[in-house]
Order: sequence, then C-alpha cells, then structure tokens
Amino acid sequence: MNTRLLPLAGFLLLLALLGFGIWWSSTHDLRAVPSPLIGKPAPSFDLPLLYEPTRSFGSADLAGEPYLLNVFGSWCVACRDEHPILMREGKRLGIRLVGFNYKDEPDDAKRWLAQFGDPYDVVIADYPGKVAIDFGVTGAPESFLVDGQGIIRYKYISPITPQVIATELLPRIAAMRQEVAR
Amino acid sequence: MIPELGQFALILALLLSVVQCVLPLIGAHSGNRALMAVARPAVAGQTVFVVAAFAILTYAFTSQDFSVAYVAQNSNSLLPWFYRFSAVWGAHEGSLLLWILILAVWSVAVAAFSRHLPADFMARVLGVLGFISCGFLLFTLLTSNPFARILPVPADGIDLNPMLQDPGLIMHPPMLYMGYVGFSVAFAFAIAALLGGRLDVRWVRWSRPWTNIAWAFLTLGIALGSWWAYYTLGWGGWWFWDPVENASFMPWLVGTALIHSQAVTEKRGSFRAWTLLLAIFAFSLSLLGTFLVRSGVLTSVHAFATDPERGVFILVFLAIVVGGSLLIYALRAPRVAGGEPFAPVSRETALLVNNLMFACAAATVLLGTLYPIIGDAFSLGRISVGPPYFAFMFIMLMIPVVLLLPFGPFLKWRQGNPVAAMKSLLPALVTAVVATLLAWLLVGDLPVKALAGTAASLWVGLGILLFALSRWRKAAPGRRFTPEMLGMICAHLGVAVFVAGVMIVESTSIERDVRMVPNQGVEIGSLTFQFEGVHEARGPNFTAEQGTITVTEGGRTIATLHPQKRQYMRNAQVQTEAALKPGVFRDLYVALGEPVGDDGAWAVRIYVKPFVRWIWIGALLMMLGGFVAAADKRFGVVARLRDTSPSARDGSANSPALPDPESPLPNPGT
Amino acid sequence: MTPTRKRRLIIISLVLAAVAVAAGLTVLALQQNMTYLYSPSEVEAGEAPTGARFRLGGVVLEHSIKRADDSLQVDFIVTDRFHQMPVKYTGILPDLFREGQSIVASGSVEDGRFVATEVLAKHDETYMPKEVADAIAKAKDTHAAEPGGSH
Repeated sequence: MNTRLLPLAGFLLLLALLGFGIWWSSTHDLRAVPSPLIGKPAPSFDLPLLYEPTRSFGSADLAGEPYLLNVFGSWCVACRDEHPILMREGKRLGIRLVGFNYKDEPDDAKRWLAQFGDPYDVVIADYPGKVAIDFGVTGAPESFLVDGQGIIRYKYISPITPQVIATELLPRIAAMRQEVAR
Repeated sequence: MIPELGQFALILALLLSVVQCVLPLIGAHSGNRALMAVARPAVAGQTVFVVAAFAILTYAFTSQDFSVAYVAQNSNSLLPWFYRFSAVWGAHEGSLLLWILILAVWSVAVAAFSRHLPADFMARVLGVLGFISCGFLLFTLLTSNPFARILPVPADGIDLNPMLQDPGLIMHPPMLYMGYVGFSVAFAFAIAALLGGRLDVRWVRWSRPWTNIAWAFLTLGIALGSWWAYYTLGWGGWWFWDPVENASFMPWLVGTALIHSQAVTEKRGSFRAWTLLLAIFAFSLSLLGTFLVRSGVLTSVHAFATDPERGVFILVFLAIVVGGSLLIYALRAPRVAGGEPFAPVSRETALLVNNLMFACAAATVLLGTLYPIIGDAFSLGRISVGPPYFAFMFIMLMIPVVLLLPFGPFLKWRQGNPVAAMKSLLPALVTAVVATLLAWLLVGDLPVKALAGTAASLWVGLGILLFALSRWRKAAPGRRFTPEMLGMICAHLGVAVFVAGVMIVESTSIERDVRMVPNQGVEIGSLTFQFEGVHEARGPNFTAEQGTITVTEGGRTIATLHPQKRQYMRNAQVQTEAALKPGVFRDLYVALGEPVGDDGAWAVRIYVKPFVRWIWIGALLMMLGGFVAAADKRFGVVARLRDTSPSARDGSANSPALPDPESPLPNPGT
Repeated sequence: MTPTRKRRLIIISLVLAAVAVAAGLTVLALQQNMTYLYSPSEVEAGEAPTGARFRLGGVVLEHSIKRADDSLQVDFIVTDRFHQMPVKYTGILPDLFREGQSIVASGSVEDGRFVATEVLAKHDETYMPKEVADAIAKAKDTHAAEPGGSH
C-alpha cells in the first residue's frame, strides 16, 4: 500500500466525524428541538387573569386569531432583558401578545408590569405552573407562536431579540397570514 | 447605497479571485507565459476591491449606519469611537471579511517580494492563494453577507458584546489572522512545489521567511488572546483549553514543528515529504479552527453565533482544500528519501524529536477538542475532557522538548558528539541545579512544580546563552551571528522565560474568594487588602458598581484598585472588570463577585499571581525571534537569484543549493 | 546497513516510540479526565457515578438560592423541571448566574447533595447551553414515556 495515502485516509475519517458533528448539532439545535408540540395543537387551558383573578381565560377565548404566548415572571432576570424589546417592538408583530405569568406572586407580577410597562394584550397567571408543564416550558422567558387554528408553529427559548423578531417571528406571521388568505 | 457598493466590491473581488486561480494554473500547466502573467495583476485588483469592501464596512460603523444589519447588531450610538473600528471584526461576518483582507495583504506581499522566483512556480503559488480567497469570498457572499440591510431601520444598534469592548481585543483578531492566513503562504508554496514537481529544497528556502513571519504573528495573536482572557474574563486564568483557544493553538503547534523541519530540509535535504505534509497540516488546522469556531459543532465560552449552513459550507471547503492537497501529496510526494545521511546523535535527530513531540501535542489537543463529537457519534453521552487532560498531556510531551532543547544548537549536523555537547552545557546544568536547591533551602516550602520550572527555565536559558557565548568566542567578528541564529537564540530564551512563568504561576498563585464588608481587611502573606466599599460609576455606555480596594505592604500603600461590575445599558449584559496592579514579579488582581447580605458586603476575588507576566514576555520573545530569523540574508533577493540561476537549477537535488556559510562551525538551528 | 537504511530505522523507531508513548498517555489522561454531563433526572435514576466527579446541568430553580451570612457558601437547587438536585457551592458565582438561568456545575454527590467546585453559566446569546437543553429534552422524553410522571 502506498503509505502516502495515510494522511488522506486519516483526514477522511476526521471529515466523517466533523460531518457527523454538523448533522448532530443541526438536529439537536437548541431552537429546533425543544418542543415536541410544534405543529401540534396548543394544550387547552383555563387560567385566571392576572388583573381579574376571578375571571378565567382560556384557549377558547384565543381561538380564531394567531397569538404569541410569552412566558415571563418577575423573578426572572432574563425577562428583564427581554421586556424593553417587547415594549418597543411587540406592536410590530401585529398579533395578540399573551403574557403567561409563570410561578409568580400576583402582586410581584403586577408591580413588575407597573414598573417596566405592560406590553401584553392580556396577562394570564399560572401560579402552580401546571399549564406550563403541558406546554413543556423549561424556564422563562420562552415564547410560543400559535396560529388561528390553535397550532403551535414556533417556540423560542431565551429572551426575544430584535433579530429573532425580524428573522423568525415576522416571516412566520406573514406566512400564516398568507395561508389564511388562500 | 454605499453598503451595496461594498457588496458589489466583494463580488468583483470574487470574480478576480477566480481569474487569479484558474488562468495562472492553466498557464503553468501548459507553459503559457501570458496566462501566468495574469496572476499578479489579478492579485492587485482583487486586493483593491477587498480593501474597498472593508473600508465601506468600517465607514458603516463609524457613520453609525444602523440600516446595515451587522452594524445594528454590533454597534450602538453610545459606543466609543475606537471600538467602532474594532467592532468591524467583532462578530462572524466582519471577522470573515478581515480574514479575506489579510489573505489579500499576504498575497500582495508574496507577489511583490517574490519577483525573482520562476514564473511558473509563482503562478502556481498565486493560483493556490486565489483558490483559497475564492472559497472565503463565496462563503461570505453566500452565507454571511456583512452588508445585508435590515428593514425597518432600527433607531439604535444593539451594542458590541461587552466582552469585546476592550483594548486587547482591538489587536487580537488581526494578529491571530495574520498568523492563520500566513500559513496559507507556506501551504501554497508546498502545493506549487508538488504541482510543478519541483521537489528539491529550494521551495523550502523560498517559503521559510513567510512561515517564520506567519508563526511570529500567530504567537503574538495567541499571546494577546491569553492576556485579554486574563484580565477580562475575570477569572484570572491565562489559558482555558477552550475549543476556540485550541483552534488557534493547534496550527501554532504544527507551525512550530514546521519551522524546525523546514530548517532541516533546507539545509540538509532531509525530511522532505514530512515538511510538505506539515505545511499542508499547518494551514489545514487553521481552516479546521475556522470551522470549529463558526459551525456551532462545539460549545465554547466565546464561540461566534452559529449556523449549521455555514458549518456545511466550511466543511465542504475543508474537504476540497485539505482532501485535494493530501491527494496531490499522495500522488506527487517524493518517493525516495533524499538528503544527507545522519547519525542517531545529530542535530537532525534532535529536530526530529522536536517535530514528533509537537506533532503529537497537536494530535492530542485535536483529540481532546473533538472528543465531545466522538462522544455523540458513539452514543457515549455528553462527554467533555477538561483542562486537566490537556495540561497533563501537554506537559508530558513538552518535558523531553525542554530537556533536549539546549542540546540542539550544540549538536552538529550529520554526526553530533553528545559528550562534547554535555561538557559545553555542564555550567548551565550545574547552575540550574544549584540555584534550584538554593531556592528550595532558602525560601522553604516551594511546590515541586515551581522548583522544576525554575530548573527547566535556567537549563534552557543558560544553555542557549552558553551557545551564544561559544559562537562569540569561536567565530570571527562580523560573522558571529546571522539573523537566523539570533532569532533562534531569542525565541529559545522566550521558551525559558515562558516555562518559568507558567510553572511558577500555576503552582504558587494565591486565589481567595472572600466575603468582605466595607473597611474589612484580608491578609495574604505580607499584603493586606482593605475593602473600602462600593459606589456607582458611569461609563459612556454602561453604569458600574465600582469597588475600592487598597493594598498595603508593611504599612505602605502599594496599590489602589478599582474593580467594576458593569451593566451595559443597551443589551443589559453584566460584565466583570477586574482591576490589577501589574508587576514583573507579581500581579495583584482583584475582581468583584456580587453583593452578599444587607451590610454592604461583597464577594471579592483576590489573586496574587507571581511571574504571570513572564508567560507573555516569553511569548513576545518567541515572536521577536520569528521576525528576526525571517530577516536573514539567506532568504534575501541575492540568495533567491542564485537559486534560480541556471547553474543552481541543474544542481543536485540532494545537496543544499547554497554553500553553508558557517561551516565548519556548528550550523545555526532555528 | 546502508546509511539510508540506518537513518530510516532511526526515524521509524523514534516515530513508533513517540506514538506508543503518546497513545498510552492519551488513553490514561482521557480515562481520568472524562467528565459526563447528567441531568437531575438521570442522577435521581442512579445513572451518575457515586463518589466520582461529573457535571450536572439544569436550570437554577426559582426562589431556591440561599446564601450563608458569614461565608460565600451558596445553596440552590438545579432542576430539569422533572427532578431536582440540591447543590452546595462556596465561592463567587459567574455573572450570568441567576434564578431561571441554566448552568453547568462540576463536582460530586456527597450525602445526597451535589457539592460543586465550579459553576459555569455560559456566555452565549442563548441562555441555555446546548448540552443542558439536550439533557432537559431527554428528561422530557423519558418523562413523556412513563405516564403519570410526577412533578
């Protein structure tokens, strides 16, 4: 055998490994994997409103129009990073913004929203965190994009940034609109 | 409008790079001089457009054009002006453009300074460089366009990553890339030699200065990165064996082997195939580093934003460049080992040991870095190998290198006399042992590692100085030291300084994390660190909690340090700014943790780092050695003219084309 | 022996020796320094080594951070939202350490508590390291597979 082929053979092995690495990291990507729920109907729920705890609000009230469910909590520091962006750019999305107050004391949450502003069209409170389990929430902030048929179209873990709005959310919302128009 | 011009310039540069690659290679193959002559103007033209594109992106940053997505993501109206320049290469797209710019600069330099080399050889060299440039321009235009617009235009940018808002980072990437990309020149020379079948030793002599310069820049780049990590990451470490660091370290290891093996091949004709292979590997590892950093395959503390599409592109490019060059190597490499024979004890053997150790070190770092992928591939779970693996392997492999290093210059080519060399080195050995024993007896409880480091450092340093002394005594004035030899001495002294720094700082650093209330003091050795409290401070684009810590020694205040905990306004990131008092023999290093408790107490991190500067001083000496050696006359125009004159061309491939100017004295190593 | 042969022999024996030594050292060092990452669920299931060092990945449970008054000791709980693991750490926590933040801690289990010697919160634009996300996703899968899992 030609020993001069050895470096090439070694390199081909390395290449196979790196190719596997790419495949692995693209199929196990943080933003791609997490929810088995993508493409499936959002779990149905009924939760009290943060500002009117006696009134319950649920998936039935949201049906028919797309919305962005944003999981937040006053205890969550990363949400504080995200909040100004929702305040500034939330309206640009053109869909309802549903605040999902997660494992939070209602008073803390209200004070928090009073201090930093309230970008949400409606805020629901999940103090025990039961519905969050149905949604597969791993932490806060997380956001779920749900279409008019109640199907979860996209899930984003970690604070939403202007890039995410521009490159992930807006195109998907536009696509959803087109489907409806057709 | 202007950003679109930048993109247009990049497209033109891409077209010219295709021209620079294809036509000269065809010309060299068919012997068509007109086609070969296209290479130089194509390089010049491509460089003009690349510089234009880079200037336009810089202008977008300085003029705060937030309609450009890349600018909006990595700048901010509050960003100080000097960081607007370095922000150009603060993230993936711009740093890729910097890569391309530096490749263009190297190509122009090669084209300009190698006019005396044979036309077909130069055509091939520039053709190969054109191919690499073409690949990276395509990569930029297809996957990472820095000029892409964002609509609607944001009112303000997101800000440059706070970790990158630092003077050390202004120069770190350019220097690192000068090194990475510089290895492409040695690579191109090797491929040109393989393609043209010109496998004697001349291509090595022609490429040696380029390799040395590239290696020197890479050394500087890595040292800057290590220095930056030391004071910005707030952990006080100087090397973390992080995948990104390893990505730059592997080419350095192979590059170090390469500059040594090139010396053997050029002077003695031995190791020809090996030198070719190392030239290919050094650049391949630079490309691999680019892949690892930008593909998201490995998680790292400071990886770029990642995207599998980019990973696939670089992987394909890597396959073509490295696979192609190794295939050419397999088909074309010399089948007969050339060169002069040598004995088991000789300078050749010493350099062979060096090469083996450095190649093994690069392989173990590669294995450790890729281990998480191997773990995934064989479903072993999420494994990683920590710094202890790398540190252990590296030290084991470098022990023989450091112990044998002083012998190198004292051993003659072909047949060395170990007894004579040992005799010459005896003073160094005795001094090193005695000094270490004295240190042990006088200072007391010094760790073994520190003592071993001192001994090794003295052994290498004094050994090299003894060699310099013997040259000074034996050779006639005027021809005592060639620049090549001076470079060798300087770089090896750098090794001595580096070894001392590493071993002492790693074994005798004092690291304390303490809880301090205002006006509380902590004593470390003879030093007292007094915590005066924390107050608010403001910077251009951040607010900070700034602590004040006074350090006294024997009642005298020797430093007042102001570590900060910064909160950047725009992207709300928190960044620890350590404060330090540098010194030749000791750094005092203080960083704020977080407030603990209601009594104004803070967690404070206090380090005393003896000899830590020696690590970077050693690296700077190595860098200097690389530059000095590259200035040697034997690589100059006269030597090259002699190489290419008809008599030298007919010369036997087995003997060096130049008569050895220093014989019968020991020939300089590298 | 001819000089060429002799030289070749030197080279080959040196190369073989170096490769053998390097390979031996590598295997040894890899064995000693390989650390696996486990999620709290995997620790609960007894998959993590007892007594040996490993890395624990997960999210810092909200409201679980407790600091000592007189030292830098911190106690908190790491969770993958299915199981929880109490962690003890003494020292300065990284800038990005927060409740609800995902972290990777290295250390070992002592008396049912994970004693960490190092805590890392990744400096990344994503707030959860990929490996932690993987570990959590895996815990979620196994959780989904066994009906009526507890929370």
